Amino acid sequence: MEIILLVFIFVIAAFLGVELISKVPSQLHTPLMSGTNAISGITIVGALAICAIQATGTLGMILSFLAIVFAAINVVGGYLITDRMLGMFTAKNDKKKEGKES
Amino acid sequence: MIINLAYIVACVFFILGIKKLGKVKTARQGNFLSALGMLIAVIAVFCEKEVLGTWTTDWYQNGYLWCGLAIAVGSVIGIVWAKKVKMTGMPELVALFNGFGGLASLLLAFSEFLKNPTGEELVTSTATGLTILIGAITFTGSVLAWGKLSEKITGRAILFKGQKAINLFLLLVAVAGAAIYVIPGIDEGTKLIAVLALTAIALILGITVVLPIGGGDMPVVISLLNSFSGLAASMAGFIISNTVLIVAGCLVGASGVVLTLIMCKAMNRSIGNLLFSGFGATSSSKKGTGEEPKAIAVEDAYLILEAAASVVFIPGYGMAVAQAQHAVKELAARLEENGAEVSFAVHPVAGRMPGHMNVLLAEADIPYEQLKTMEEVNPTMPTQDVAIVVGANDVVNPAAETDTTSPIYGMPIIKAHEAKTVFVLKRGKGKGFSGIENELFTMKNNLMIYGDAKATITALASEFGSE
Repeated sequence: MEIILLVFIFVIAAFLGVELISKVPSQLHTPLMSGTNAISGITIVGALAICAIQATGTLGMILSFLAIVFAAINVVGGYLITDRMLGMFTAKNDKKKEGKES
Repeated sequence: MIINLAYIVACVFFILGIKKLGKVKTARQGNFLSALGMLIAVIAVFCEKEVLGTWTTDWYQNGYLWCGLAIAVGSVIGIVWAKKVKMTGMPELVALFNGFGGLASLLLAFSEFLKNPTGEELVTSTATGLTILIGAITFTGSVLAWGKLSEKITGRAILFKGQKAINLFLLLVAVAGAAIYVIPGIDEGTKLIAVLALTAIALILGITVVLPIGGGDMPVVISLLNSFSGLAASMAGFIISNTVLIVAGCLVGASGVVLTLIMCKAMNRSIGNLLFSGFGATSSSKKGTGEEPKAIAVEDAYLILEAAASVVFIPGYGMAVAQAQHAVKELAARLEENGAEVSFAVHPVAGRMPGHMNVLLAEADIPYEQLKTMEEVNPTMPTQDVAIVVGANDVVNPAAETDTTSPIYGMPIIKAHEAKTVFVLKRGKGKGFSGIENELFTMKNNLMIYGDAKATITALASEFGSE
């Protein structure tokens, strides 16, 4: 039964993902790609669970340890670089606002 | 119970985050929200009952210690890279990060396999096999894309005979390997060999799939691989029955596919065409007119620019390489002082990633109003006095409209050749990144200015200053 529920969640999430992206201006394609890339680092949660409770033997431990390291690079680096990209758009918009006010 | 609620909250943050990332105004907030979701999910997994049970005074056995250490190491590397990289190097870094995501899923699945070498549980073993397959393809594919973008290896499409057949064969063998692991009753030794073969072949497959795709198409490939890494994470979620992995991974997988299709549309190519045609490897039957492009000195170019009432800049990857965006901004300011109307025409796939040019021009503080999309700028092109092509090539190649044998035929272009005068700033007489001859260069109204784009533009701007 549980597996059916998980597949159900998977299918709904797939449709949701398709609906979320519809009209995206082209200048946001890169940040969007980079931002969703950071989300795919969610595998870190799985790696943490496995490393802490399920890993067997030294090899299993090493593998899951490395999995966390790489996933953390993906997550932290991904969010930071997306923010850096977006920061450039925002900084400019702020200046524009200031210009209008003055 | 509370942990599951936390996972739901994390998922909501991811959904809102992706939604907000699609609009300029809310994009940064969206990114922050999804980062917050990630933080919640990580904290939640540390609070799982089974994980709490691993807290012991024996440091070697303490799961928290090792997990914390791994997160710290990964975070430091991630922070340093993300902060240190220049904006021009950003596309390849995104590719590399994506590869690491795939690798993490691969390692996770392999660790799970070691725990469960007999693969008795059908769902778990199927998910494990799929995670290994997708994760490995994502990893090597992304690393290869990184190499192509950073020009550590040739960006050209590399084709070999029977490529499609070989890829299909490798895929079938990999799937067979996964099947052997899943089917009950086969002895453990055979299963170990099967899974090792699956891993090795999937790693090779990532390379052979990306290898024949030319550098110009890398943005789309990275988007597709991003979608794959999401799917890998989602499959990993099935291994450990974790809903947040399934939802977040699947969101990325699905939205990545949509984004990939949007990008393909901007280039007027189908996904199948992109993956299998070996873009840029075929050469146009037209060998060019054999004419040498006319070159012009900076001083003479200045005289033309001074008389121009309207100037449009068409930036491309060359501008990114030369870091010329600030110089471009300087020249644009000088031209405006001179009474010219200045605009920037941004092709949807100019540069190495969609929106690449927008980011660079934004970095140089160029007002948003001056950035024009291809659709806006093309009708006004015949009235433009001067079009300055800064390191762009394929996106202004008229062959895309006229030459049916050209590999880029059908791709929408910025019609720079319709402007009264065209300046092309170029490092040398080579071909573009995709390796296609550009007939714009030999047209009558076209003038080449050879040299480093930044130096040329700075020189042009200082000509204005010396008045």
